[in-house]
Amino acid sequence: MIGGFGVVLARNIVYAAFALLIALVGTAGVFLLAFAEFLALVQILIYGGAVVIVILFGLMLTRLQDFEHLTDHRQWPLAAIVAFAMFGFMAAAIGTSNMVAMERQGVDFRIIGSVLFTEWVVPFEVASLVLLLALIGAVIMVRKETEQD
Amino acid sequence: MIELAHFQVLSAGLFCIGIYGVLARRSAVLILMSIELMLNAVNINLVGFAATADFTEPQRALGHVLVIFVITIAAAELALAVAIILRLYRNRFSVNVDEIDLLRG
Repeated sequence: MIGGFGVVLARNIVYAAFALLIALVGTAGVFLLAFAEFLALVQILIYGGAVVIVILFGLMLTRLQDFEHLTDHRQWPLAAIVAFAMFGFMAAAIGTSNMVAMERQGVDFRIIGSVLFTEWVVPFEVASLVLLLALIGAVIMVRKETEQD
Repeated sequence: MIELAHFQVLSAGLFCIGIYGVLARRSAVLILMSIELMLNAVNINLVGFAATADFTEPQRALGHVLVIFVITIAAAELALAVAIILRLYRNRFSVNVDEIDLLRG
């Protein structure tokens, strides 16, 4: 949560990137609270390993002089009001719901594996296709305009 | 004892922080970071439900499976978004989203 505030309120852009890392690793900690060990590991691996590094690369390659002192949008009070209103709405919805609170129990990750390959195999394959297309698309988009075919 | 409502409130809070970040930041890279924050908030919500719902074990595994898919799609869109930002920077030398108003009438 603190990391989340750091992302949206930081003045220096590199601080914001590291605050995002804190937020993402904090999410992995929350997963451990919910006994989702496999997901916590996946989270740390993918987010902490790859996502933050990709973002830092993006920052590195679009470096400008005015990123030492970030300025927010001119209408940021309106954004703050919208954010607080949405949070109030969601908190009210959570508070007035009568979900039965069970004891927290984790999910055995062998069940995750077997379910991924039996019941949810089609989304699994589609997700791998999405990754492939994203990779190809990203490479094509960033390629310099050369004369090669 | 940590209940489902704690997970939900944390998820809602992070989501709204991400919305504020998307609306009130001027750099495209920071907007991208806020979008990742929102996706993480959704993951927290899903995992909270998977941990405390009253289903059988294969049905509760759906929460974790959905989280895996969300993480996958988030990684894919991150790659594409960074590619777009790099392309944008190459053309206009600025990632300030206020200055990118070519389509404005």
